[in-house]
Amino acid sequence: MSPRDYDVTVIGGGLHGLSAALHLARAGRRVVVLEKSWVGRHASGATAAGVRTLGRDLAEVPVSLEAMEMWHRIGGIVDGDCGFHAHGQIRVAEFEEQMPALLQRAETMRKLGYQHEEIIDRAELQRLVPALSKHCFGALIVRTDGAADPHKTLAAFRRSCEAAGVTIIEGCGVEVIERRGANWLVRCSGERCFSAPVVVNAAGAWAGKLASLFGDEIELGYKASMMIATERLEPLLEPVVSVVGRALSFKQAGQGTLVIGGGLQGSADLDAQRSFVNFTELAKGARAATDLFPAVRDVRIARSWAGMEAKTRDLVPVVGPSPNAPGVFHAFGFSGHGFQLVPVVGAIICDLVVKGGTSRQISGFKPERLMASRQAA
Amino acid sequence: MSEVDLLIVGAGPAGMAAAVTARQNGLDVLVIDDQPAPGGQIWRSVETVAATKRGALLGEAYAAGQASAAAFRASGAVYEPGSQLWQIEPGFRAFVTRDRQARVIKARAVILATGAQERPAPFPGWTLPGVLTVGAAQILLKNAGEIPEKPVWIAGSGPLPLLYMTQLLKAGGRVAGYLDTTPKGRLMAALPHLPGALGAMGDLLKGLGWKAALKRAGVPVVKHVAEIEAVGTDKVEQLRYRTANGREAIVSAEVVLVHEGVVPSIHPPLALGCKVEWSDVQACYVPVLDSWGESSQDYVFVAGDGAGIAGAKAAELRGHIAALRAAVKLGRLGEGAADERAAPLRSSLGRELALRPFLDTLFAPRPQVFAPPDETIVCRCEEVSAQEIRDLVKLGRPGPNQVKAFTRAGMGPCQGRQCGYTITHILAQAENRPPGEVGFYRVRPPLKPVTLGELASLDQQEPVA
Amino acid sequence: MFRKLHEPLTEAITIYVDGAPVAAEPGESVAAVLLRQKEAWSRTTPVTQSRRAPYCLMGVCFDCLAKVDGVASVQTCLTMVAPGMRIERQQGKRSLSA
Repeated sequence: MSPRDYDVTVIGGGLHGLSAALHLARAGRRVVVLEKSWVGRHASGATAAGVRTLGRDLAEVPVSLEAMEMWHRIGGIVDGDCGFHAHGQIRVAEFEEQMPALLQRAETMRKLGYQHEEIIDRAELQRLVPALSKHCFGALIVRTDGAADPHKTLAAFRRSCEAAGVTIIEGCGVEVIERRGANWLVRCSGERCFSAPVVVNAAGAWAGKLASLFGDEIELGYKASMMIATERLEPLLEPVVSVVGRALSFKQAGQGTLVIGGGLQGSADLDAQRSFVNFTELAKGARAATDLFPAVRDVRIARSWAGMEAKTRDLVPVVGPSPNAPGVFHAFGFSGHGFQLVPVVGAIICDLVVKGGTSRQISGFKPERLMASRQAA
Repeated sequence: MSEVDLLIVGAGPAGMAAAVTARQNGLDVLVIDDQPAPGGQIWRSVETVAATKRGALLGEAYAAGQASAAAFRASGAVYEPGSQLWQIEPGFRAFVTRDRQARVIKARAVILATGAQERPAPFPGWTLPGVLTVGAAQILLKNAGEIPEKPVWIAGSGPLPLLYMTQLLKAGGRVAGYLDTTPKGRLMAALPHLPGALGAMGDLLKGLGWKAALKRAGVPVVKHVAEIEAVGTDKVEQLRYRTANGREAIVSAEVVLVHEGVVPSIHPPLALGCKVEWSDVQACYVPVLDSWGESSQDYVFVAGDGAGIAGAKAAELRGHIAALRAAVKLGRLGEGAADERAAPLRSSLGRELALRPFLDTLFAPRPQVFAPPDETIVCRCEEVSAQEIRDLVKLGRPGPNQVKAFTRAGMGPCQGRQCGYTITHILAQAENRPPGEVGFYRVRPPLKPVTLGELASLDQQEPVA
Repeated sequence: MFRKLHEPLTEAITIYVDGAPVAAEPGESVAAVLLRQKEAWSRTTPVTQSRRAPYCLMGVCFDCLAKVDGVASVQTCLTMVAPGMRIERQQGKRSLSA
């Protein structure tokens, strides 16, 4: 079958793939997104959709702050509000002895010139989250952080992509990559074939495997973070709450369900594209939730799941050009906190493809840092 | 954590029979069931009711359950009623809540005997108070000696409405009318299967006897009803129906009972990753099982109607057969001995199953069951309409899991038990592909809504605060 | 909507539905009792606050949810009556403050 020609082939129909495709299409590029299952099948559909600058790795802070600014006007970027609300993100110290770490973080940020992270005391914490157990001592907060709705976000990015002329092909798994002149020929299941000078690797948990097809051996692990959603409740809390020393992230979604995560790990079978919940482990999350919010003891769990995504050694993503393959750009390894970065990473990839570089600070995201030196030629 | 050789989930005909055979072969057996007493749905409350006046009007097939329950009680299996199984992980670790206490049970083998549920058959107004399933009404009769106050409208197809109506009439209840939804021409289609069914002649005659009793009682019957709608605010006030040849009527109604056959309970096998396949004739998924009832997952068996709808007698036989194989695999019984003992059970099972092609063809659901009008709520929990599902089809060729993500259909407490097949069928029609290719929701645990506190109690660490 | 075939037996017990005493019979489900009431419904939905009543009676539809002895979202078709039991119809989304 003769290949279909595009300017850019994006591999991976998660939010990062869609965001890159959207920015590129708006810059006039003809873009195809190839998705092996369906848009948002894994991490993007399984995320808690926290929109958080709080506690970010210092390498991520500049782009994360820019992303935050984009989230606050997301309805102007994509077709839909993505269910975004800025009710703040709070990192709670239950006990006094946990406060110094938070104070030190706040001090570090202040010295670097960042003002968004702020210490609050017990009274302010109680005022902001009355449902929180009274034993909690204080917290670090970013008041302009928030959360979105993952499915509304997926729908908005998809609609905008299609409106911008992006071709999205689902059920299209990549099988072979070939170099053909200045183009990359991407052969997929069902004898479909796509040709473009530029490839964006946004393949999530499968991105390491894909990178190796381009000669980039990037060390990559994976996560299978578990989540709980409950029955619908009357409004209980507005901010997203996490806790020092415990695997807990706790929020209430717009329709009233509690969404409880925090990075507890299930298991995954990448080849089978299946993930599994481990209830013995998940019990720790339920324990943390009921310790911190005693009123939720009798709340019923409606469902739980584990989402699969790539994890890097330093928990910072890989965003940048391939050192070995011309025209190939990576955007993966978000290690459980990529949702907030979605709008800005698409813009970065667009810069790299269209302008050949970016003024944004992405030096910490180079793929080379995770590659053995002989390969990082 | 307690540990047993064999965990049996469900104490209906299959689960009780499996327990008896497993105990006879020296297995250490735990039977859990969400009902308060043994018997399953068919023999609900049989131990307390069979010997009473109410038991007499429920008939012989019901009374037969008493002996099975007695054998089960005497088997030495540990029995824990009122237990909800909410997750099974490989290995096996079963997570169960009883009396608001959660615990983990380790088992070397599992027999899922979780039975069947009535096929969800959505129509406009089916969520109104006053609409119940025929099975529900029969449970009310068995468990509580309770019948509809006023003459009741019954709409549906299959043996159960006929049986329930005869029981109801005997109990002194009244039927306002029976809307028979069996489409025209089904008898002709089913006739070729009749010779095979003759081995189970007794059951066929029983069915004819029920029909005769209804006729004698003067129950009005409307044939070939194609569409029904319950009308009312806050509760059913009227029932509207339309026959295949276009005759329409509106009648006043307080209680409307509906039934369009039964389908296996597939959530537990799906949760364990057991392979299932689409059955065209029963229009549902059934687990893929070997001749012993063992699934694609080693040491996981499915017995009873959960293995494919075949009724109580077949369920008992399948329970015995599965338990024999479990005993072999756990080293308590030789393969030869198991084969020998399974042989007569298998030939009896063959006779029971021979009736199915005839019944399945005769009572195959009317097409409207799978194509509800746009305004119909298909997901009862999240109140998602058929229209909303159809609108989504514009978005590529979504499968059930995408529909779930974008509409929340299937995300409520019933876990898709009431909307799963409807979604599959609506997508199949809209996307012009077979339902078996469209697939079913991925089952996300827990199987039953356990509380955060119950799950938290399984965490071993010391209290923090 | 529904009625008993017989008057409750001599060992009839009393339970409370939204505070009002009603007669019940040992061994029957709470859902069966609700269906005998003049207001024969169990809850309103969290989405549109529409009324629902027990529908399947076998634990698979979750429309019979109600508050039983202070615990919300209990499947009343799987819950047997007990003397003095307090049933409250559940309204819309659960509220934790109550």
